[in-house]
Amino acid sequence: MSHVQNIAIAQISPRLGDFDANLAIHRQYIERAREQGAQVVVFPELGLTGYLLQDLTLEVARRLDHPDIVSLVEASRDIDVVFSFIEESEEHFIYISSVYASAGAIVHVHRKAYLPTYGLFDEKRYAKEGNLVEPFAVHGKKSGILICEDAWHVSMPYLLTMQGATVLYVPASSPGRNVMDEHDFGSHTFWRQLLQMYAQLFGVHIIFSNRVGYEDGVHFYGGSGIVGPDGHWIVQAGVGEETLVFGAIDDRDVRRARYTTPLLRDERLELMVRHLRRMGRARTDNTRVE
Amino acid sequence: MKPEMEQALRVNAPFTTSVLEGFIRDEVRKVGFERVLFGLSGGIDSALSAYLATRALGKDAVHAVLMPYRTSSQSSLDDAMEVVEDLGIPYTVVDISGPVDAYFEKMDKLLGERASNLRRGNRMARERMVTLYDLSAANNSLVVGTSNKTELLLGYGTQFGDMASALNPIGDLYKSQVRQISRYVGVPSSILDKAPSADLWEDQTDEKELGFSYDDADEILFQWVDLRLSEEEIVERGYDAMLVRQIVRRVQRNHYKRRLPIIAKISSRTIGIDFRYSRDWGV
Repeated sequence: MSHVQNIAIAQISPRLGDFDANLAIHRQYIERAREQGAQVVVFPELGLTGYLLQDLTLEVARRLDHPDIVSLVEASRDIDVVFSFIEESEEHFIYISSVYASAGAIVHVHRKAYLPTYGLFDEKRYAKEGNLVEPFAVHGKKSGILICEDAWHVSMPYLLTMQGATVLYVPASSPGRNVMDEHDFGSHTFWRQLLQMYAQLFGVHIIFSNRVGYEDGVHFYGGSGIVGPDGHWIVQAGVGEETLVFGAIDDRDVRRARYTTPLLRDERLELMVRHLRRMGRARTDNTRVE
Repeated sequence: MKPEMEQALRVNAPFTTSVLEGFIRDEVRKVGFERVLFGLSGGIDSALSAYLATRALGKDAVHAVLMPYRTSSQSSLDDAMEVVEDLGIPYTVVDISGPVDAYFEKMDKLLGERASNLRRGNRMARERMVTLYDLSAANNSLVVGTSNKTELLLGYGTQFGDMASALNPIGDLYKSQVRQISRYVGVPSSILDKAPSADLWEDQTDEKELGFSYDDADEILFQWVDLRLSEEEIVERGYDAMLVRQIVRRVQRNHYKRRLPIIAKISSRTIGIDFRYSRDWGV
């Protein structure tokens, strides 16, 4: 097994609510990524549906066994594909999900656990929160998926890396907000600092796939990229342009980083567990009082 | 303007400009159009919109419409012409005096009194928008709105007049930010430097009519709207309590102008409340 994996990030601009068009875009990018030697291609959050769906959510929701989804999983025969859409569960609940597909099969489904419902976001109105934060094993190593807002909660990369993940995939639909920021626009700066810090703190590779395009005047800025465990960007896509970028991740970098700066090794899980248990009890007691 | 507020309101001009250009291209082409048109008054807002639209779509896809009334100042027209010439864009001059005067001649008789400046100004603003929408159909193009965030918040505009449009690239920019971006895209200095005016009557300036300066309005609005400070907190920071109150009341009183017409809710799913789709739905 090679230490090195070639990753492609498809920084696309999905069409709002047009599943067929987006499926075609996905196929096209999968093919291009495969031709250029990538082993994994990563699409942004809700790349198959677009983001500001509102009442369209019901129309674009697909079960994992829907022919559209099955066909995309099929397309992962020669290249792994990380894609995202509105998932409908067997009991007809709606989730914002991302699938890791490999060798024509679903390896893992992550359901977004943090649904922002503030500012211009309104996700909880339409979707249900996922409750599982689990890494998955593929090609002999463990990876995890965090969808956009998931990554803004430190517990999420913590839970994944403490369970063994060495690679984090972060599909996102992040708008560029607050152009008043002196050097950059607010959300872009925040993302960049956040991912660099996580990569270093947890000694992981992070693959950030953020969409581009406009929906209702909201501008999704792109700026996708890969951060190495030393906090340096291995590749960074431009802002505002549809593009396919490539970067190689080397597991030996994780090995070295975790040896040189063993923060994750020294993490005192039992301390965390003890305190969380105590805090959990306090919260339960409070709830009872209410 | 206080230095720290000037700092806080400073925009990243190249980035903001590229986002606004992209917005115009996207929103115009998504709904099947290639061309836009807009009223060009000789003021900074419509001048900036002209520069942004030209950068976004190319000079052959934008059309400026100059719509003077007989009392409009020659210097406004000259300033508008300078924009048209600088950009090399096609333009049309439509004198709106005829229809406006004909209307008020009739109405003044009917009501037995001369219409106020407010009514006359509103009628002119709506006459201009009617003209723009007619030309947009003749031209197969979309109407670009040129109201900035300060005006929209203050309600300093005419509903279905200058506040109407198909898309508005500058509606999230405060007046002081409009100035910054205008400087960046090269709006002529004769426009940058003059006092903002709706040019409804001689010597009219926006600031005289409003009773406060745009800089003051921007500082207070930015802290109240964007930073979410309370009125009290803004006053604590050294702003005049009466002025803060006046501006906040204005925003509230004019909120109806910024919303769709209100609908009595009767059914299980009402447009705008729980029948919710993005405007980009299906395009």
